[in-house]
Order: sequence, then structure tokens, then C-alpha cells
Amino acid sequence: MCWSSFFIPAMALAACSVALAQAPSFNNVGRSPTSEEIQAWDIAIGPNGKELPAGSGSAKEGAEIYKRKCAACHGPTGEGGQLGPHLLGGQGTLNTPQPVRTIGSYWPFATTIWDYIHRAMPHGQGGSLSANEVYSLTALMLYWNHIIAETDVIDAKSLPKVKMPNRNGFIPPRMEDIGDMQKRGCHGGHCP
Amino acid sequence: MAGLAVGATRSAKGQTPTSEASEARAKDLHAYGERSHFEKSSRMGSLGLWPPSAGPTRDYGFRTPLQNSVGIITPASLHFVLSHGYDPPDIDPRQHRLMIHGMVDRPLIFSLDDLERLPSVSRFHFVECHGNSATSAPNRAIRMAETATVQDTHGLTSCSEWTGVLLSVLLRDAGVQKGATWLLAEGTDEVKHTKSIPLDKAMDDVLVAYGQNGEALRPEQGYPLRLVVPGWQGIGNVKWLRRIKVVDQPYMTMMETTRYPSPRLDGKSRWFESEMGPKSVITRPSGGQRLAGAGFHEITGLAWSGGGFIRRVEVSTDGGRTWKDAQLQEPIARKAHTRFRMDWNWDGTEAVLQSRCTDERREVQPSVNELAKIWGVNMDYFQLAGTVDMGNFNAIHSWKVNRDGSVRNVLV
Repeated sequence: MCWSSFFIPAMALAACSVALAQAPSFNNVGRSPTSEEIQAWDIAIGPNGKELPAGSGSAKEGAEIYKRKCAACHGPTGEGGQLGPHLLGGQGTLNTPQPVRTIGSYWPFATTIWDYIHRAMPHGQGGSLSANEVYSLTALMLYWNHIIAETDVIDAKSLPKVKMPNRNGFIPPRMEDIGDMQKRGCHGGHCP
Repeated sequence: MAGLAVGATRSAKGQTPTSEASEARAKDLHAYGERSHFEKSSRMGSLGLWPPSAGPTRDYGFRTPLQNSVGIITPASLHFVLSHGYDPPDIDPRQHRLMIHGMVDRPLIFSLDDLERLPSVSRFHFVECHGNSATSAPNRAIRMAETATVQDTHGLTSCSEWTGVLLSVLLRDAGVQKGATWLLAEGTDEVKHTKSIPLDKAMDDVLVAYGQNGEALRPEQGYPLRLVVPGWQGIGNVKWLRRIKVVDQPYMTMMETTRYPSPRLDGKSRWFESEMGPKSVITRPSGGQRLAGAGFHEITGLAWSGGGFIRRVEVSTDGGRTWKDAQLQEPIARKAHTRFRMDWNWDGTEAVLQSRCTDERREVQPSVNELAKIWGVNMDYFQLAGTVDMGNFNAIHSWKVNRDGSVRNVLV
């Protein structure tokens, strides 16, 4: 794009970098989404939980929903079945050659439970659960994994504050350090 | 359409001697060609990947038959498929949209027609699953078998010419705001697969692709739109792409935080270990093949690296004691399969064939021993029957040629 600067160095180069800094505008290609369109698709919940919707639920309520909508695949008590993975257990296995990675033993963020149940569960019917149902099932997962009590109410405020047992089990632990591969000391496809 | 096909079968029957041949003529090959019915090379599932428990198992890690590959391009119909057990959605391209929003000045929605109007690029890139060639992935038994083929060991990498729009072009059009550092890419599939990608990578060389090897993407490859994240773990190449949200931190989605980190023996896990290291493998002669007899045989294979260009490939026929430079076939592209070849006169005695590559950053593909050192594990780690999910395994691969010409998979 700026190859002409090879021939006319100083001034052309300056003009060129200014041009690059500006946003290229493609006249009449694409359009602005409506706020309804953004809202309909903007389902991701980040680790600080700021996108979490209104609503709440407890493990007690979650148990009823689980029986109807989850147990067929994941087993009556979350031990896993032919179609769905186990949802609990695995404590004390991470430093062995056979780590068992579950919500309780491995998942670093409670918000990920909410996000995944909401977008993907039950199998083939992702997005069908109400916010209250997702809060209740998330609470059930946390209760079964001994992270909260059965009657604890989970909502947009409390969920991001839940401390997951394996939160510090990842290298590097700080989120702001993850993206810089050089700083992490990664090379040749391997990180420390 | 069905009526036309039946008619074609009838008329073909009268002209061709065998029923097999008439079957092959049933479709109009002048409209859209197919390979000869004598060619049987096909993708093959990675049995037992999911679920790990007993019972009906969904086979979904469909591997590329690299043993039959020539050149560097994987036909789209043979490109490996790993969709975590879900069928590809059936998307009408006229209805499909890509939305870019979040920390941008101008949120935008593009149709396929819109995207095809924008400045396009075509680039050769490999896509590789992070578990490819690992010795202790869930399909360990198949990978480690003496009878394993290169499809079993390395079939989760493929290379295409991808055509589309650079994501940086779309992001500049939307105007990325100050403070943005990551983006979240999301698909239209059943589980709305999501992956966090650093903004620096997105602005570097990530592609929003609608074309693969000169035509539209195949449904199982993300039709009509997918992300291509050159040189990085396959999981980030979001298929059936519908949304890019610009954000200020990784979003810690299910796959990237719970399934794709690589566990270490001390219990900690390396996460977002994104770039795939330099790797190569000999595709002929390779496991399961048989040399017809002593004499001349070309040794050929593929080398690739997430670090950029492949600069050098060396081949050993004596298990790594001595090495010779192989010839590299042009074109050689960044973060793409590179074809190498070497003349070989087999003397009919036992031989162990290996290849190792060096990329533009002078990173050299490690031996199994060297990889053990990098990971801080003993050699027996690679023999463990466990569920440990090794990411980014890139050790030198060995094929043993026996006196009878048979070629076997060995871990040296």
C-alpha cells in the first residue's frame, strides 16, 4: 500500500502513515445493527459477570429443573452418563497423570457455568432456559461441588464473586498476562 | 433434480459394461466433477473421543488421510473435521450475517454479499487441532498402535488456500476503541462455540474466510463463513461465524478454560498456549504402507509451523544418527504445509525414518527426549494410558521399515 515511500522517503512516508492511521471507509458496505439485533446475539458472559441478566435461583430450585432437563444425559446425581460428561468429583487428581477435570476440580470461573448452560444446554435446545432456570442450575452445580450451600441464592451480583477452587491453577494466573506470548516466555509452540 | 439423476443412470447403463461404472456416471460430472470411483481415500473418525464412558459413542474427530496426500493442499472434502460431536448447521447464505460490536465506534452487520465486495486476500494456511499427534490424547490406543497410519497419528492437520477479508480490515472499518485488548468470536452452531482471541493477533493475520481451495467453504468447514487464525490451535478457527465482539479481557469461555488448557504434572495447567510449534512428518513411506522391494523410493512428507515459514527440513533414515537436508517444494507459504522430498535407495535392511523441521524463527522440531525436557517430564510420561490431554505435542515422528518392506509406527 505504501510502496511509493521507497522512492520518495521523508514527506511521502509521513503522508503514508497518516493515511494508514485513518479508518478506511467502505462506502455503503454493511450497516449498523439495531439495538435489538445486538441484544439478541450478545449472550456471552465474561468473568466479571457484567452482562448477567436479572433473575436468581438456588440449588434447591435447580434440583427440580435438573431432574426434568439434565439427568437423562448427565445422570441423576451428576455422575455422568452415556451422553453427557460428569459434573462433579475429580478433587485431588490434577497433579496426577490422570487429571479428572470437572466444574469443582478444574473450572476457574463460575460465570463460565452460567454462560455454557445458557448457550448450549440442554443438548440441542441451547438458549431455551429462562434466566431463573440457568441461575438455579448454576447454583446446583456449585452446591454439588461443595462450593456454596443448598439454600444460597445465586444472581448477577453473587455469581461473579464465587471463588472457584482451581482459580489459581492456571499459568499465567493473571488475566492481563495471558495474551502476551513473548512476555510469558512461550516459544516454539510451548509455554512454561 | 432427483428425476434428472435417475434419467442419467438409465441412459448410462446402456453404454457402460459394469454396474459400478454406471453408478459413477449417475451424476453429471460436467456440472460438478468427482474423483474416479477407483479412488477410496477418505476421512476416518477418532474412535472413542467423546463421550469417554461406555455406551453409544459419537465418533467425531474425522482425520485427513495424509498417507495419500500429494502437494500441500488438502481437498476440502478431506479436510479434517472436529466439531465436538455436533452436526454442521444448514445455513442459507442469504440469511447469514456477521456482526461486529462491543468496544467499537461503529457496530456493523455484514451480509455475505457485503463481505464479497470488500478487499479480499487468498492465503495458504494449515489448520491443526492442538491435540494432533499427541501420544496420550483420548485416542491414545489408536495413536500408539504399531499399525497406526499417518492418518491415525497426524490426521488432525490440513492445509487450504483460504479466501476472505482480513479481520483487521473489518475492525478498522468499525473503529476499535482505546482500551480494547481481546475479541470474542462466536459461531452459529448448536452450542454457539466461542473463543477469545487477543486483539494483536486479530490485527496481524486473522482472516474472515468464505472461500476454500477456489470455492465456497464446505458445510463441515464452516459454510458460509469462518475464522482462520493462522498458526494457532484449531479451536480458535470459529466456524459458521456470526459475531465478533471487541472486549477488554479474555472471556474465559467453556472450551478455552476447561477443555483446552494443557495440564502439567504439578497440577497447574498452561492455558491459551495458542501457537502451534514446528512439526513435520513423513507421509510416504509411512505406517501401514509396504515397500515393494529394495531400490529407489522417494521419501516425502509435510512440515509446518505456527511460527511462520518452514526454512529447512532434514531427514534421517537411521533413527536420528545422521541427517540430510531434504528439498523443499515451492510454493512455501507462512503457516502453511510445506512439502519436502528426498531421494532414497533402500538397501533392504531395517531403517528408521524421521524428519525434523526448522522455522523462520530458527525453532527446531524437538525429539521426544527434547520435548520431555521442555515439558519437565520423564519419557514414561508419553507412554501413560491416562486421560491427560497433551496440547501442542510436536516431537519428531519415527517410522520403522522392516526387512519385508512393511512400515510400522514406533516411538523412539
